[in-house]
Amino acid sequence: MNVIIGLEIHCQLSTETKLFCGCSTDYRNDEPNTHVCPVCLGLPGALPRINRKAVEYGLRVAKALEMEVLEESEFARKNYFYPDLPKGFQITQYDRPLAVAGTLEIEDDEGHAKSVRITRIHMEEDPGRLVHMGGGDRARYSLVDYNRSGIPLIEIVTEPDLRSPQEARRFLNKLRTMLEYLGVFDGDREGALRVDANISLEGHERAEVKNISSYKGVEKALTFEITRQRNLVRRGQRIARETRHFQEARGITTSSRSKEEEHDYRYFTEPDLRPLRVRDWLEAIELPELPVARRNRFMAEYGISLNHARTLTGDLRLADFYEQVAAVDPALAATWVADTLLGELNYRSMGIGSVPPDRFAGLLRLIRDDAITDRGAVDVLRIMLDQCSRGEACETPAEIVRRQNLGKVTDDDFSAVVRRVLAAHPQAVEDYLSGKKGALNFLVGQAMKETRGRADPKAITRIMVECIGSEGGF
Amino acid sequence: MANRTITFEPDDRWNAFITCCSRAPCGDGALAGIPVAVKDNISTRGIPTTCGSRILDGYVPPFDAHVVELLKASGAAIVGKTNMDEFGMGTTTETSAFGPTKNPCDPDRVPGGSSGGSAAAVAAGLVRMALGTDTGGSIRCPAAFCGIVGLKPTYARISRYGLIAYANSLEQIGPMARTVEEVSRLMAVISRYDPRDSTSIRRPYIHQPTTDIAGLRIGMPVEYFGEGVDPRVADTVRKAVGRLEDLGAEVEECSIPSMAYALAAYYVICTSEASSNLARFDGVRYGPAADTRKAWHDAFSEIRWKGFGREVRRRIMLGTFALSAGYYGKYYAKAQAARHNIIRDFERIFSSVDLIAGPTMPTVAFRLGEKTDPLSMYLSDILTVPANLAGVPAISVPCGTVDGLPVGLQLMGRRFEDELVVNAAAAYEERGAA
Repeated sequence: MNVIIGLEIHCQLSTETKLFCGCSTDYRNDEPNTHVCPVCLGLPGALPRINRKAVEYGLRVAKALEMEVLEESEFARKNYFYPDLPKGFQITQYDRPLAVAGTLEIEDDEGHAKSVRITRIHMEEDPGRLVHMGGGDRARYSLVDYNRSGIPLIEIVTEPDLRSPQEARRFLNKLRTMLEYLGVFDGDREGALRVDANISLEGHERAEVKNISSYKGVEKALTFEITRQRNLVRRGQRIARETRHFQEARGITTSSRSKEEEHDYRYFTEPDLRPLRVRDWLEAIELPELPVARRNRFMAEYGISLNHARTLTGDLRLADFYEQVAAVDPALAATWVADTLLGELNYRSMGIGSVPPDRFAGLLRLIRDDAITDRGAVDVLRIMLDQCSRGEACETPAEIVRRQNLGKVTDDDFSAVVRRVLAAHPQAVEDYLSGKKGALNFLVGQAMKETRGRADPKAITRIMVECIGSEGGF
Repeated sequence: MANRTITFEPDDRWNAFITCCSRAPCGDGALAGIPVAVKDNISTRGIPTTCGSRILDGYVPPFDAHVVELLKASGAAIVGKTNMDEFGMGTTTETSAFGPTKNPCDPDRVPGGSSGGSAAAVAAGLVRMALGTDTGGSIRCPAAFCGIVGLKPTYARISRYGLIAYANSLEQIGPMARTVEEVSRLMAVISRYDPRDSTSIRRPYIHQPTTDIAGLRIGMPVEYFGEGVDPRVADTVRKAVGRLEDLGAEVEECSIPSMAYALAAYYVICTSEASSNLARFDGVRYGPAADTRKAWHDAFSEIRWKGFGREVRRRIMLGTFALSAGYYGKYYAKAQAARHNIIRDFERIFSSVDLIAGPTMPTVAFRLGEKTDPLSMYLSDILTVPANLAGVPAISVPCGTVDGLPVGLQLMGRRFEDELVVNAAAAYEERGAA
């Protein structure tokens, strides 16, 4: 049974001010209801006024997704009652959205290129936010915070072109990367992206899963939903066409058929705003370098592999970071950023944003200049990341090397170590001299242990063979 | 800006005011020291603004409407907030939660509505000027019933910022006064462009009325003098138009066939918009607080049931119905089509005439309590709603009496030709009135 998935993605646009008023959108660290005015509080008599920047951001997305921008689009009212909705309606777009008919290329589960059709994008305002005092189901009462009210959103709607939860996740990652490249979206903001997913098994009714607010959540919710629907079909039961809510904490979806959630939104044209005639703006909108172009440039300009280029350009901040440190040695930097650094960051759930590029470049220089072994460099990196994640001032790599005595051991140092090891294990030396090659590995291992990995095993081997030879069998 | 105050303690036996400001600041400028009354659906910072409704009980706007800012800047004294039909929904000012206003011409009669308080305050001489709002005749009807002058400006000419919306696509704020001259003066103050109202257009009214109307072409639509119009009112208005002809205007008959659907279209559109506009009154942010111990939808229903009067509830339900899935095409979409027909009819007529003339209201003022049936009340708006649907300017100027009660002559013009409408009214007032 084929799985059919379509997504509706709501993204907060990263404009400085709200969609219909001059209030600042940078409210996340501030007290509730401090970024509000008569317009976003929906006070009687206040009127909306469109934020030109938000429209430009929407058009950037439309252009990047190769969409058709409508000659004339318009805002509409979506009417419903909810305590976080100050006007009793949301200003959104309905039958004449900003743009229609686009595509985004992704890879399917077999690694083949596939294009996902974008039905439409439209602009709308975010409602306020309810804060349940006491938490979740046990809340005794709720308070409303209107700081979020009026934050500009674009909703991106896909055709039902996705075939698996993994594909859906890849699509979202790709979309997020593109939105960040376009400079219209900041994925690090909490709640900046929310997804509704329509999912069905071919030939059956579809369910709409609402309220998914993370990338992982999308894959989880869809996987759960497919299992649920398959089980129903297996038991010969009908799949109901319904709205379901994703319970992030429990990883399940539940039916939400309570009466208050059955809506007839009574859409009609917003009479307080004029239609948008912005197709002409498109020409003036210049798209920044997008991920594929940047990937190709990385390969050409820095001579790095497709895999590295793909990894590095898969995230705007990572790509920017790479370009800040690539000058040291492009190939070395690619390996250390894409393989080592990324792994260490994932292990710590840290973002690239918390790593100072100048410090990392310093580390790369030590590696390039052979002042430190790979193993030692990893140790330095870990110490740096631990300091960064604790929010401490990060030492320079050279300081860490000095303090921890992680510098590369020189040949002179090696000789002393090797001599100590040989003296301590006469039997092994004997064995080696009598032709047992394996004994040398043991001796090298002992020496590596003593240098705590700072030494290059090849150099140790070389010195050890020299020592045994020159001292005439010891 | 304000540099002194005036005292305002009127003998308001007509219940024209909901709120009086006994000491009103005023200053220098075009309206220096002139007491102006403001309809109570126009936001005034620091002064309660109720829309004639219980649901806004205790609401004091934290900001001034654009027109109020302009009044203050021109030195006017805002002396009070006038009574009105609740949220503008009525033709008599009887649906106000603060009791009906009485007509100063005859205290047993209604002043018309919904700007009945503003009209009565001016007619009784309590203030020289007042602001009203006109969604389907709410300035012109009370002006006609109370024997004063009222102008509904071209849609988009006056900022609606701060006007508590009833039907956004139809309504405009406008001036009311005893003379055309004073109406024109107030219009000049309030017509400054305001970017906060996206539907408004930069077309300031800078105009000194002239009374030379020689060669002006005036159309008299047959529909304005036919069925449903009191023949004595029709006669009075015909005579008034005759006087304009005497002054050099060319008068011809015309027809607005789309009038047949005007009233239906108007009531579908205004109730639809109202049902959405009034959704925000939920007891969460202002007005009487919702009972938060209840589930929120129960609390919302309760506060809205208690807070809104019967007529408002009726119109919310009508509008909600008209926008509902399955009925939208039958009602709202059809009403928009009818509206376009009216716009086209007006454009056609205005290609051959400069003004349209007719009665403002089909009758003189009703007795208090006379109109109990909502439908017959709605019918009395038939002559005023076309100007709102078409967005054109329209003025009502007194043109005589029937049974001792005032009759209004209504003059409508092309969009943004408010000046011409005012000129013709001034010509009638100065030179035409017997």
